[in-house]
Amino acid sequence: MNTQQISTKQISVKRYLPDSSAESYWQQYELPVDDSTSLLDALNHIKEQLDSTLSYRWSCRMAICGSCGVMVNGIPKLGCKTFLRDYEGDIRIEPLSHFPVQRDLVVDMAIFLEHLAAVKPYLIDDNPVKPYDPQAPETYQQSPEQLARYKQFANCINCGLCYSACPQFGLNPEFLGPAAITLAHRYNLDSRDHGKKQRMAELNRHEGVWSCTFVGFCSKVCPKHVDPAAAVNQGKVEAAKHTLIALFKG
Amino acid sequence: MQQRDFDIVIVGGGGAGLRAAIGAAEQAKEQGTPQRIALLSKVYPMRSHTVAAEGGAAAVTSAEDSHQAHFDDTVSGGDWLVEQGVVDYFVHHAYQELVQMERWGCPWSRKDDGQVQVRRFGGMKTARTWFAADKTGFHMLHTLFQTSLKYPEIERFDEFFVLDLAVHEGGVIGVIALQIATGELTLLRAKAVILATGGAGRLFRFNTNAGIVTGDGMAMAYRHGVALRDMEFVQYHPTGLPGSGILITEACRGEGGILLNKEGYRYLQDYGLGPETPLGKPENKYMELGPRDKLSQAFWQEQQAGRTGKFGDSDVVYLDLRHLGEKYILERLPFICELAKSYINVDPVKEPIPIRPAVHYTMGGIETDPQCETSIAGLYAAGECASVGLHGANRLGSNSLTELLVFGRLAGEQASQRAAKTEWADERLLEAPGDRQQAKLLRLCDGTEGAENWVALKHAMVQAMESGCGIYRTEEGMRHSLDTMRQLRERFNKVRVNDTSKIFNTELLECLELECGLDIAEASCLGALERRESRGAHQRLDEGMQKRDDVNYLKHSQVFYQGDAHAELHWQDVDVRFSAPAERAYGDAGKGGKA
Repeated sequence: MNTQQISTKQISVKRYLPDSSAESYWQQYELPVDDSTSLLDALNHIKEQLDSTLSYRWSCRMAICGSCGVMVNGIPKLGCKTFLRDYEGDIRIEPLSHFPVQRDLVVDMAIFLEHLAAVKPYLIDDNPVKPYDPQAPETYQQSPEQLARYKQFANCINCGLCYSACPQFGLNPEFLGPAAITLAHRYNLDSRDHGKKQRMAELNRHEGVWSCTFVGFCSKVCPKHVDPAAAVNQGKVEAAKHTLIALFKG
Repeated sequence: MQQRDFDIVIVGGGGAGLRAAIGAAEQAKEQGTPQRIALLSKVYPMRSHTVAAEGGAAAVTSAEDSHQAHFDDTVSGGDWLVEQGVVDYFVHHAYQELVQMERWGCPWSRKDDGQVQVRRFGGMKTARTWFAADKTGFHMLHTLFQTSLKYPEIERFDEFFVLDLAVHEGGVIGVIALQIATGELTLLRAKAVILATGGAGRLFRFNTNAGIVTGDGMAMAYRHGVALRDMEFVQYHPTGLPGSGILITEACRGEGGILLNKEGYRYLQDYGLGPETPLGKPENKYMELGPRDKLSQAFWQEQQAGRTGKFGDSDVVYLDLRHLGEKYILERLPFICELAKSYINVDPVKEPIPIRPAVHYTMGGIETDPQCETSIAGLYAAGECASVGLHGANRLGSNSLTELLVFGRLAGEQASQRAAKTEWADERLLEAPGDRQQAKLLRLCDGTEGAENWVALKHAMVQAMESGCGIYRTEEGMRHSLDTMRQLRERFNKVRVNDTSKIFNTELLECLELECGLDIAEASCLGALERRESRGAHQRLDEGMQKRDDVNYLKHSQVFYQGDAHAELHWQDVDVRFSAPAERAYGDAGKGGKA
């Protein structure tokens, strides 16, 4: 990587400018790249040097803020963690699938935020053994093993790539979707939490875990290896148990 | 223009803003005064730059540690330019805030017995830094965001860019915000406003910061007459990745990583940080666990002496973790492994990581009193945008994540108390400032031919800040940077954007951010030029100014905005009520002393 070859690449970006036309169109840009050029670097180059009207989201450029998801040749990716060196020929950039497009590469994430909020993604402990007291603050105990049970599912950066990968969300945006179910699962697995029953109402319905047909593409595209498909599948087992228990209790 | 009324408006949805919102909601409940809280952010809250903090959050935790020790470390770390009453409050409220985060579900790393684990950090006398692997900021931000969803009284305005404060007779009465998706303005009337808009690292070309860290809130308060304090103190983090500047956490060194020059020599022992500590046995306040200002300065000296290596175009030194072993590295530092592999194709388990200093943190900011209130009644500031007086001339790593909790909560509570006994101002008073902002947006988008280009101005700004206000500074360099900022501010009046769309016009936003940047860059350069001494992160090469000068400069700089005219600088006394200024020393030289 100490020797950086400069070359030229072409990328095609799907443009959509709703206040001038209802139709989207493709626009080509040619730009210099080297071994380290990310797709986000390329978009920033376009914005500053070629075409300042191109709109897209970005912020941290280190794959932790979750802003810069786009489709790259039909696959959902983070722009900042996608490198042009890995692509031959024309590279086609589109807004994330399955979300309404606001402009260019910017999609409306409102439904995603609603789904996250719907699963009560916070620690629920209505009758703690020792309530929090700022005068005598005390933590819960949690062993490294207990932490390990949910830690992976706490690593979701809310980028939304898994929703663009999910055919069921594409058919029915009311489906809670991979990230929201994963987040519910994260809290359900937390030894400090007592909110599983409350979350089950949301998970154990058609638009909850049961919409998933286990395609598994969500886990493949996850840039943080969170494995939402595993969370959804484990959620189905929990939901089935929940139904059975409710049945026996009459 | 739409108008909405809230008891409290919070600008910024990062750690400080979210903690303030929850703090205000809880305070309102306790007071028995239901309050509506608006949380505005130019991005979705979980995109805020808190997300990128890696290493951890400091609080006195172990039985052997003491508040006095955390106080002393922070005061000497800041080279005595801190408000000591504020530091005292901070160290006494740090632990309860980290416990509160734990009670909200933050996945802190644990010891085998189920207690929270702490790690070593630079300039801290003992291990007192709580962490969640090396994604502490990420986990804190998401925990706060998710917890905030419990409070229906908090109404979020995601992707609203706040353009200005509305101020009447010395008190804040609301804000004017642009809805990014539609281009429409909204007037938000409020009884109290909290700014939690983060730092200004993007004033510099090479930095660890996210693109959104452009100092907007600082500029907003400054333009209304609030002082920007200590803006000359900008932290260079010693370990950024070459090329991008992406942060490689100090926790690498806390866990035992070492720094080597191109000859494989642990050069820090030559800069008052030695003697060399044995490999795999890091010792607090020695060698790699010295403070950030000293480490970045040592890099510069090595670079001058020709002992740095090369990575691409960058001069670098090397951060070696290999002796920690794969298992430990992957458990404690998984994120930096991912970053080094993705962005420079280096696996820290197998190779040393090439690194170099990068601008990281704005020590100065919007001046507030110890209760987070500014000189405008009802206007509060918390987190990196504020200068409450905690960090002085150099911030210690892991004090800022705790700061946004301690002072975010305090600002929220203060705002709630004020809102409970304050009436809204006459709503018509928001119309004029709203119209002014509308006119300004129209002007920027009016398509004037031959206008200035914001990209050129931005590049000129970041180049000038880097060349004149870097790790070591000279009179001539700073003078040149200050003159450049003044010229650029003038040229900005002729800037026009190409994009005239109302919908998600990010070019317009970049222009507005640049305008903020230029205003506060002038303040930063002016403070730097006028501070004719060397202290903490402000180091001068000029004859007679290479040492700290407490006789003349044990003072905060305060810069006041003067519209199109040059900014003005005043000096303000420092609160040294508990600890008289002493020599700041690390390694063996600091043994037994307060530093």
